[in-house]
Amino acid sequence: MTMALERTAVRVELLIDRRWFAVCDLADLTPGRGVAALLPDGAQVAVFLDRAGRAYAIDNRDPFTGAYVLSRGLLGSAGGRPFVASPLLKQRFDLETGRCLDDDGVAVQAYLTRTTGGPVEALGPGLGADLDADLDAALGVVSAQVA
Amino acid sequence: MSAPKNAPNPDTATAATAPTIVLIGHGMVGQRFLEALAERGVTERARVVVLCEEPRPAYDRVQLTSYFAGRTPEDLSLVEDGFMARHGIELHLGDPAERIDRAARTVTARSGLTVAYDTLVLATGSYPFVPPVPGKDSRGCFVYRTIEDLLAIEEYAGNCSSGTVVGGGLLGLEAAGALKGLGLTTHIVEFNPRLMALQVDEGGGAALRRTVEDMGLIVHTGVGGKEITADADGAVTAMALSDGSSIDTDLVVFSAGVRPRDQLARDCGLTVGERGGVAVDERCRTSDPAVYAIGECALAADGRVYGLVAPGYEMAQVAADDIAETSAAGEGGFTGADTSTKLKLLGVDVASFGDAHGTAEGCLDVVYSDSRAGVYKKLVIGADGALLGGVLVGDAEAYGMLRPLTGSVPPVAPEQLVLPAGLGAPAAIGPSALPDEAVICNCHNVTKGAIRAAVTEHRCTTVPEVKKCTKAGTGCGSCVKALTTLVNDELEASGVSVDKGLCGCFSYTRAELYEIVRTLRITSYAALLDSHGREEARSGDGCEVCKPTVASIIASLAPTVGASGYVLDGEQAALQDTNDHFLANLQRNGSYSIVPRIPGGEITPEKLIVIGEVARDFGLYTKITGGQRIDLFGARVDQLPRIWARLVDAGFESGHAYGKALRTVKSCVGQTWCRYGVQDSVRMAIDLELRYRGLRSPHKLKSAVSGCARECAEARGKDFGVIATSNGWNLYVGGNGGADPRHADLLAQDLDDEQLIRLIDRFLMFYIRTADRLERTSAWLERIEGGLDHVRDVVVDDSLGLCAELEALMAEHVAGYRDEWAETLEDPERLRRFVSFVNAPGAPDPTVRFVPERDQMKPDLTILSGPGIPVRTLEGTASR
Repeated sequence: MTMALERTAVRVELLIDRRWFAVCDLADLTPGRGVAALLPDGAQVAVFLDRAGRAYAIDNRDPFTGAYVLSRGLLGSAGGRPFVASPLLKQRFDLETGRCLDDDGVAVQAYLTRTTGGPVEALGPGLGADLDADLDAALGVVSAQVA
Repeated sequence: MSAPKNAPNPDTATAATAPTIVLIGHGMVGQRFLEALAERGVTERARVVVLCEEPRPAYDRVQLTSYFAGRTPEDLSLVEDGFMARHGIELHLGDPAERIDRAARTVTARSGLTVAYDTLVLATGSYPFVPPVPGKDSRGCFVYRTIEDLLAIEEYAGNCSSGTVVGGGLLGLEAAGALKGLGLTTHIVEFNPRLMALQVDEGGGAALRRTVEDMGLIVHTGVGGKEITADADGAVTAMALSDGSSIDTDLVVFSAGVRPRDQLARDCGLTVGERGGVAVDERCRTSDPAVYAIGECALAADGRVYGLVAPGYEMAQVAADDIAETSAAGEGGFTGADTSTKLKLLGVDVASFGDAHGTAEGCLDVVYSDSRAGVYKKLVIGADGALLGGVLVGDAEAYGMLRPLTGSVPPVAPEQLVLPAGLGAPAAIGPSALPDEAVICNCHNVTKGAIRAAVTEHRCTTVPEVKKCTKAGTGCGSCVKALTTLVNDELEASGVSVDKGLCGCFSYTRAELYEIVRTLRITSYAALLDSHGREEARSGDGCEVCKPTVASIIASLAPTVGASGYVLDGEQAALQDTNDHFLANLQRNGSYSIVPRIPGGEITPEKLIVIGEVARDFGLYTKITGGQRIDLFGARVDQLPRIWARLVDAGFESGHAYGKALRTVKSCVGQTWCRYGVQDSVRMAIDLELRYRGLRSPHKLKSAVSGCARECAEARGKDFGVIATSNGWNLYVGGNGGADPRHADLLAQDLDDEQLIRLIDRFLMFYIRTADRLERTSAWLERIEGGLDHVRDVVVDDSLGLCAELEALMAEHVAGYRDEWAETLEDPERLRRFVSFVNAPGAPDPTVRFVPERDQMKPDLTILSGPGIPVRTLEGTASR
């Protein structure tokens, strides 16, 4: 009799209310594209993977049209920063801050991400090893940028 | 002067107090005169009344023959929409002036309308001269001057097999070309010993004759028509010639020159020339200071009557200046004009300029002649070495450079100016070598200096802007090439670097990337970005512009470079816009629409029922598209596979409505059902649609096939349109509907099935290879250097030796086609993406909701406008 091997898939997690929430396996993501995921409260997030293997998450709702479609946009980078272009009217949103690159006054919520469960626990952009301190710092940065 | 500049201001002016300007004749020169009045503000302070004999407003008579190449009378119009209304001009069509009473200062038209004038302008043009040949009034005898003449010729020619043109001049050759195009055996009868005797010399005439004869026209020179014989019904049957021979002919077109229409002027006692023409001074005033005459009806101050449009335009400007009192007396009058011309007659370039016949004392010729190629070039060089004039037949490429050089000593030896490209003048002898005073656009009298100023002073940065600013290149168009060179040179010189790169990631254009992918056999976007992207973009994530573009290029070339033809495999999947990614069209609420292919618009009742059942079962909104298919709206992304499973089962396949690819080939029922049809248009439409389905291109491609010239399928509004003739098919290219409508141009005619398909293969592949991103065939055709002629050279005459390769590429596409939806359904891995939520695969997206409307449903947008970050207006986002 053989032992069933435990699944060792790498998971992608988002920080919501200071708790990590797993949205999908890393294998569910295609570099350069996004997927939509449901949060426990029914909100929708768009989760992306860039060419270097980093995961990002922002609100799925396109503020220009109201449609929940940002996960279906194309990912790109400008000046080294990743963005997604809305599939409807093509406005671009910075994936780290949620800020719209084509309209200064508009932004969507951005989420901190990490990938976990693999051999190395990789942290999303802006996060180091000292989780709590970094979290506070990073959350401060993000909310300041969004405001 | 009768239109005083101190006229009452327009707010208080009434028809009773404002001076009245009456224009008799609304031809090309008449319209130019009206524009000149408007430009000078005269239309605001004067009442302008136009009496026009023809039933339609001014049209481009120079391009008259292009009506037979498929252009409609509307295409030829010279009057911008709303022009008359905007300037308050009263235009009376079909109501010619019949009498002028100079004492009472009134004009009376045929309808009885009498208008009092302060200023009268005669622009009555000319009438065709019909030699006094017995029988000239028989049925089947025509002149060649107006659109109505052409319509009459076209109708009559339907029952003819042969035709004769009397007159081998400029217009005569055009008319002969038109008759040949109508399928008639065509004769040209010219009284002079050579064709185009006015413009070209003996050598040029001989070269022209050879080329014209090679086209199958029969040329008779040095003879005149002696008598036209008719049958019992009075219809033309033959023409006897002055040398005793006779031609069997069913139709005769007189094109033996024109005469000024000066009858009105004669009747009211104005001075006219001995050989006709209303005598005018340098300000275009007749013997009555209240009456002007401009264009072909006028006998200019230099004692000549000008039958060309450019001098007519100049006179229109001079008269308008005089009426508006915008120029000091004696300045800028009309004292004569350059009669240089460049034309394409029957596809042969013919140009003459300056002292073409070498009449100046002591002048000598430099001649290059190649009878085999039908090329003849002669330059007339003065005793002091200055270029005085010349004749170019068969290759008039150098005209744009030579004409402005006239009067000066050329910068290189004259023989270098006539040798073929490669052997002759270095490239430096382009428009850049010209002095600032050199006139580049003859039609609108625009100098090189004015074009340079448009760039340096008026900050124009593109050729269209310069055209708009200076009017250069908007007349006959023969200077556009020189204009483009000048504008680009000037932009470069003023340090405006024109970045033609596709986007922030690539400094190459789409066409250049196509060549890179093709020659280096690149199959991956990442590899292309890292090897050929801009330095700063390498190893990055690219952008939403170049990703789909490169994906399309790789898909177009898939069999050739060894990539997968399926657009959703591997890295390709991440490059596609959402529509290609889900093989459906994203709509405003995040739902998708579905369009199954219905080739040629032909569908069985069984298949219609399946579409109806699928729409009913999934609650989809249905609408008939403009491309003769059915669009099903309102599918959630997770429903797409189940919907398509049913459609594929019933024999449907992807319609590629989501892709930059062939959409539809629309058709009329054609010969099979329609009493007018002359070919099986439905069969051809289906063949074409099945051949080119799935072909990825720079933008969407639309097509149509009409079964007869009535054109019910609207093929000329398509990227490639096919219209049946009794001999086969005519192929039109570059048509477009939408925001910037354009009628397609005739590429080739009377093709059989095989020729037609081969030509479309080449055309499409050449377009795919050279077009910019999102550039429809219409814009591409307007942009590429040489335009339609160049495309015809490449795809019909194989001037670049590319045709075999283009055909091979298409053959690979046809052989490699597979239905994307059938392939997707077969592969569970490919189906994984069709979920609304990655972490809840079974859950539908609750934000995609609908409300009822007119017995179907529409997106519920209220659910999308919930709280959150304020939604900006579209205007607020358009800044990008």
